[in-house]
This record gives sequence, C-alpha cells and structure tokens, in this order.
Amino acid sequence: MVYAAHFAGAVVACYLTAQVLARSTWTYRAPGVAIVCWQALGLALGLSAIGLPLAMGLAPYGTSVSTGLGRLVRGDIAPGFGLVHALQIAAALGVAGVLLGTTVTCGLRAIRAQRRHRELLNLVGRDDPAAPGALVLDHPSAAAYCLPGMRPQVVVSAGTLSLLDRAQLAAVLSHERAHADERHDLVLLPFTALCRALPWAGWVDAARERVSLLVEMRADDKARQLHADGQLAAALLRFATAPSRVTPAGALGIADTELDARVRRLLTTGRPPRVRGALALAVTLTLVALPVSLFLS
Amino acid sequence: MRLGELERAVMDVLWDRRTPLTVREVAESLLDRELAYTTVMTVLDRLAGKGMVERERAGRAWSYRPAASREAYIAQLMLDALDLAGSRDAALVRFARSVSGTEADVLRAALAEEATDGKS
Repeated sequence: MVYAAHFAGAVVACYLTAQVLARSTWTYRAPGVAIVCWQALGLALGLSAIGLPLAMGLAPYGTSVSTGLGRLVRGDIAPGFGLVHALQIAAALGVAGVLLGTTVTCGLRAIRAQRRHRELLNLVGRDDPAAPGALVLDHPSAAAYCLPGMRPQVVVSAGTLSLLDRAQLAAVLSHERAHADERHDLVLLPFTALCRALPWAGWVDAARERVSLLVEMRADDKARQLHADGQLAAALLRFATAPSRVTPAGALGIADTELDARVRRLLTTGRPPRVRGALALAVTLTLVALPVSLFLS
Repeated sequence: MRLGELERAVMDVLWDRRTPLTVREVAESLLDRELAYTTVMTVLDRLAGKGMVERERAGRAWSYRPAASREAYIAQLMLDALDLAGSRDAALVRFARSVSGTEADVLRAALAEEATDGKS
C-alpha cells in the first residue's frame, strides 16, 4: 500500500500545483517556461492516475510496482490477490488506454481536418504581394491563422488586409510563423484530448484554456522581438473591434477577456520572473520524476 | 505544373464558366497550358473523388460542375478560422477572433489608459 499512497500523493500534488499554476500571473511574463510546466504537470498527472490503481491492485505482492507486475505477468499469483485487485489493475489499463487512445484519435482527427482545410485552401486561397509568405482568403471578416503541419501555411483574410496597416500585418504574420515553428498545435493536443476524454471536468477545460492563452502569449513574444513596439498590440485591438460577419446566431459576443491580458502585457515590459519560473520548473519536473521513479523502482 | 495548381486551374475554369463542362471543354479552356486530355481527365477524377466536383451524363460524355461555389468554400474555411465550426479538434492556431462591442470598448479603454500611463 506504500506505493499506492505515494501515487495518491502525487495525484493530489499535481492537482494542487495545477490550481496554483492556473492562478499565477507571473506565467504571463514567462509563457515559454509556463508551457513547459503545464506539459510536465499533464504528464505527471497522467502517469500518477495510471499508477494509483495499478499499485493498489498489486498491493498483495508487497513489492514495487515493476516487480509485482513482472510476477503477475509470469502467472505468479500472490496470496490474497482477489477479484478486487484484478479489477484495479484493469482500471489502470483502462486509464492508460483512454489517455493514449484519445490523444491518438484527437491527433488523427486534427490531421484529417487539416488535410481537408489544406485542400480547400489550395483551390481558393491566393497569393498577395501585400502579405508575403501567406495565403489570402477573399472574405470581408478579419481572421489570421496558421494551418500547422509538416508544411505549415499562414493564412489571412482580405478583411485582415484592410483592417491592418503594413507594419501591423507583418507583426501578425510573425506571430503566426512562431506558432508554426514551435508546433504549438502539438503543445495543445494532449490538453484537447483530455477535454474530450473528460468533458465533465471543468478544471481540465480551464487548464486547456490557460495553455492556449500561454501559447498565444509565447507567439506574441516572438513577434515582438522582430517588430517595433506596439504594432502587435495595435493589431490585436483592431481585431478586437472588427465586426465578424460570418458568425452564426448565438456565437457572437463570446467575450475574449484573454485579449485584454495579451494587450496589457504587450504594452508593458516586465522583467522575466526568474525565481518563480525556476521554482515552478523544479516543482513540476519533480512531479514527473515521482511517478517515473515509482514505476521504475 | 504541380497537381495542386492543376486542380486549382481546373476549378477556376468550372467556376468561371458556370455551366457543366465536359473534359474536352475544360481542356480547351486551358489551351495555353498545353495539357493532355488525359491529364485533365485525371484531375477531374481526383476532384470528383474528393467531392469537389460532381459529374453527370451529357450524351456520350461526362460533364462536370463544381460541388459548391468558390464563396461557399471560402466561407467554410472562414468558419474554421474563426473557430465557429463547432469542432474542438485544435486543427488551427489562431491569432485572434472578433469579439463583442462591449469587450472591444473595454479593450480600447485599456489601451488609452496604458498610453497615458506611459507618457506621464
């Protein structure tokens, strides 16, 4: 039971750390570090959630998880090993299957959607000297996005071209290229998958929203390095005030409070939170090391 | 010429002419590209396979027309782009979405506030 207790402790620690991380505002000043922390936290939670029922099921062996599992696989049934223990091990396999399965299906879904999107884009997107390196969609609404993949494609709408001036557009294109270069779609994938697996868990949804905001901030920072101050903030504000014309009933008015946070941080230059960032990294990496060492011991 | 460009050229012909066209008619419209009849047929076949064009019997030949207008495809892409398609596949990474007027006012106020703070 010692191992099960350790795994249970790891689950609780992950949950509490996630709560703290979700409320921390230093993450806005170091989105890259915060993204790594969230990835580590997600991994640690997944491993602990698999380890907890596994360790409980293997408790009759009184050994470490790996030794107990090895003996069970060889057909060596420990005295006192009953139906409850078998069900606990099945639950562990179930958790592992759901986590891996949803991530894979979610990834495949995204690839399919991207392929379809790319095919349509090839037919109706056009090059425009005003937006070098990007494809333009002839539509009055304002949109700028990145189609990720092996050959990423940055796309802007005609509405965006008329909305932004040359310098602002260049900053937005840099922002999109940062998404493509750092494969932010893959950063978000496990969180999107988890939301699908646990649609009723509000905190998972909150974590995903948080990471997607951090990803935007990270791309904002990359773009900011390459362009004059204020261009990106101005572009964001122009987007915020542009009327959307393809919105189906009910969807308009989704309040994007995150935009406010992004604009504010672009207009100020805060010092990077080195101490808190290092501390958060140390905590989350320890949380990953804990279940890993429990599995390997 | 790459296959993607060929598909695009063929779709442009179908969209611009507005009537169902046979393979020969499409090939004739693309004379300046010196495409073989079979090439055009292959491209139209591929497009039909992807559901981008529909075909029907016209006498002894097939005639082809776009499954949807150019505008309809652009609208589909824009729905994806503005995250309004209702899917949660995280297929795209977006810069920003348009928001409501109230929110925009809050943002404008924030910018004005920051600007004055910066000057003083």
